[in-house]
Amino acid sequence: MKRLYLYITAATWLMLAACSSKPAAPEQPAATPSTSTSVASERGDFGPPQGEPIHAVLTSPPHVPPPIHRDYPAKVIVELEVVEKEMPISEGVSYTFWTFGGTVPGSFIRVRQGDTVEFHLKNAPDSKMPHNIDLHGVTGPGGGAASSFTAPGHESQFTFKALNQGIYVYHCATAPVGMHIANGMYGLILVEPPEGLSPVDHEYYVMQGDFYTTGKYRQKGLQPFDMEKAIDENPTYVLFNGKEGALTGDNALAAKTDETVRLFVGNGGPNLVSSFHLIGEIFDKVQPEGGTHPQENVQTTLIPAGGAAIVEFRTDVPGSYVLVDHSIFRAFNKGALGILKVDGPEDKSIYSGKEVDSVYLGDRAEPNLQAVSTAAKAHAAGTLTEEEQIAAGKQLFTGTCSVCHQDNGEGLPNVFPPLAKSDYLAADPKRAMTIVTHGLTGKITVNGHEYDSVMPPMAQLTDDEVANILTYVLNSWGNPGGRITKEEVAKARAEAGPATAAEH
Amino acid sequence: MSVPVSIRWAARVAKAARAATSAMLSRGWLASVMVGSMLAFPVFAADYVALPGGSFNSVLPADGEAAAAQIAPFRLRTAPVTNAEFLAFVQSHPQWRRDKVASILADARYLTHWADPGTLGDEALPEQPVTRVSWFAAQAYCESEQARLPSWYEWEFAAAADATRRDARDDPAWRESILGWYSRPSNAPLPDVGGASNIYGVRDLNGLVWEWVDDFNALMVASDSRDQNDPDILKFCGAGALSLQEKDNYAVLMRIAMLSALKAADTTNNLGFRCAKSE
Repeated sequence: MKRLYLYITAATWLMLAACSSKPAAPEQPAATPSTSTSVASERGDFGPPQGEPIHAVLTSPPHVPPPIHRDYPAKVIVELEVVEKEMPISEGVSYTFWTFGGTVPGSFIRVRQGDTVEFHLKNAPDSKMPHNIDLHGVTGPGGGAASSFTAPGHESQFTFKALNQGIYVYHCATAPVGMHIANGMYGLILVEPPEGLSPVDHEYYVMQGDFYTTGKYRQKGLQPFDMEKAIDENPTYVLFNGKEGALTGDNALAAKTDETVRLFVGNGGPNLVSSFHLIGEIFDKVQPEGGTHPQENVQTTLIPAGGAAIVEFRTDVPGSYVLVDHSIFRAFNKGALGILKVDGPEDKSIYSGKEVDSVYLGDRAEPNLQAVSTAAKAHAAGTLTEEEQIAAGKQLFTGTCSVCHQDNGEGLPNVFPPLAKSDYLAADPKRAMTIVTHGLTGKITVNGHEYDSVMPPMAQLTDDEVANILTYVLNSWGNPGGRITKEEVAKARAEAGPATAAEH
Repeated sequence: MSVPVSIRWAARVAKAARAATSAMLSRGWLASVMVGSMLAFPVFAADYVALPGGSFNSVLPADGEAAAAQIAPFRLRTAPVTNAEFLAFVQSHPQWRRDKVASILADARYLTHWADPGTLGDEALPEQPVTRVSWFAAQAYCESEQARLPSWYEWEFAAAADATRRDARDDPAWRESILGWYSRPSNAPLPDVGGASNIYGVRDLNGLVWEWVDDFNALMVASDSRDQNDPDILKFCGAGALSLQEKDNYAVLMRIAMLSALKAADTTNNLGFRCAKSE
């Protein structure tokens, strides 16, 4: 990309002048549509569309439509349907999303700079709400919003010329705008430069959004939108691709070693700005906010609400790489986690270790849980020993508990109470079972210090996982010892009733 | 409604549309229909209740700034018009059957959920509110009841009440219950009419269907809802330009947004109506 950058610089001042006069003076079309790429990146109008109209290929996240490889401006027809539908937002939790194309984020649109885009917005007959679309890649009032206001069961059409190249957010702009966006109405449109983007091995589509539900994080059932939380900018979930787990486990992004990967990363908001980071990888190149001039060797890139970036890097070392919003509580307490799984041979000259990001993996990923499965088998066979429980509990503690209580069980002064030599624990070890399963809120005194914070219910842990973790805790760091069984946890969980419910 | 329009201009459009309909109504068939409906009389006696009106702080200020709307006393139908009631209407007014209606008065979805033009069928139960009706059709129906569609102010006034208060809008619970309906997808059959009464005895204003109002196309929510501070609006629309007084009252705002997306021949799966009468 260096070569391109050089001649772009020469034309930069010209371009700035041209842009500042927009939209009053339409630019002169280039004399002939040509395959030349020299100044094409700067000027978006290559004349009228040529050839047969082309129907744009739209893709669902995390997939990206194929590169265009076309050397003339065309008329491109985009047909996008708005669908309101209930979908899972987390395990056992569903939400009524409003979508462009049935997914959150909406379908990825790819056109070439200079294309004339005939846009059809269809609002499904089942919709309750009218919707429209504002594409940040459109030059014109409202980005198309005023021309695309569409009642349920109707269709609108408008046409625009994609003058500026780049990666652009689109979103619904119908009142109340914030609610339409918070319900998932955003996506990305890529306006390729005429010469195309450099070839890479993989392109993926990732978009962050913040979500506001009346129930707490991971509270089960259909969760309604919470307007107060949205106005307070206090999201229940911060997610990549609209669902906790959309990019983990079987849904993880995949690549092999020695490949190039390009991520189109957007942020729909409505409220939060993303500190986008890929744990264990350095972005070789970032086009921040979708602009033309790349930044190189970037660790974390800021993606504004209603903005996007193109991120590129090379995979050198196999393993699992974790996508996060590095406003890090969002990653581990609100869901902003994804995984890029890189397969291939180790290259010890670059990276020798084996323990990748263990503390960051949280409870969604799958660290090496050999001891856990050993313990599970032993329990099934009726031969479970205290030592097996402690070994399993130690692995489970890392990743779920250690984020707050720390690996050494000492917590953080005034914030997270210690488990090590804890008089609170020793006073009533059984009480710990319901603290894990149901959480604990409010003032407690541990080893003479007062703590007043919130531990969320760890409802995702099974009875034997809780038993193993607590057995490990009781037998570590100078604690009194003892053993908790799966059956005791099941009983304690049942007696305490369902985990506490709504805030409203 | 692709561009903001002034309330005056929009009101003119509404009037012109009404004139067109009543011209059609008066020609030819009206006399015979009146005889016919007397013979078939009475199919349904719709219930109307009296509402006091008065000074009302609408989300759409009367002068575009802050003035309260003045609402004359009126009577409102206690429930939305049902499929059974609308079926009786199209039987006595066959020009409103879906196979006979003029295409400028109703779009292609008009009553398509009925089994055939004269039969309700499984997807349109008698006591469900009628939906997929155009503004023109709703207007004609109300005239057949010697009534009219309510104005937006009348509708909003009635819907501001709950079971015990005339104006429950300050109560977050009132707003949450409306937003709760918005957030439910409409993939399940509509309930029957006959929800809880509000303090006036009116039912189903919120939480069942959208409802046409007489002046729906005077509700000037710009189709791009973010340009309310555009200085040009005042230039184009003068004193008639409306702004939304209570911007955090999303619940009402969204109903206005919905209505302002419509044209008079449009129908949707969730849009019905009820009628009103002047005192």
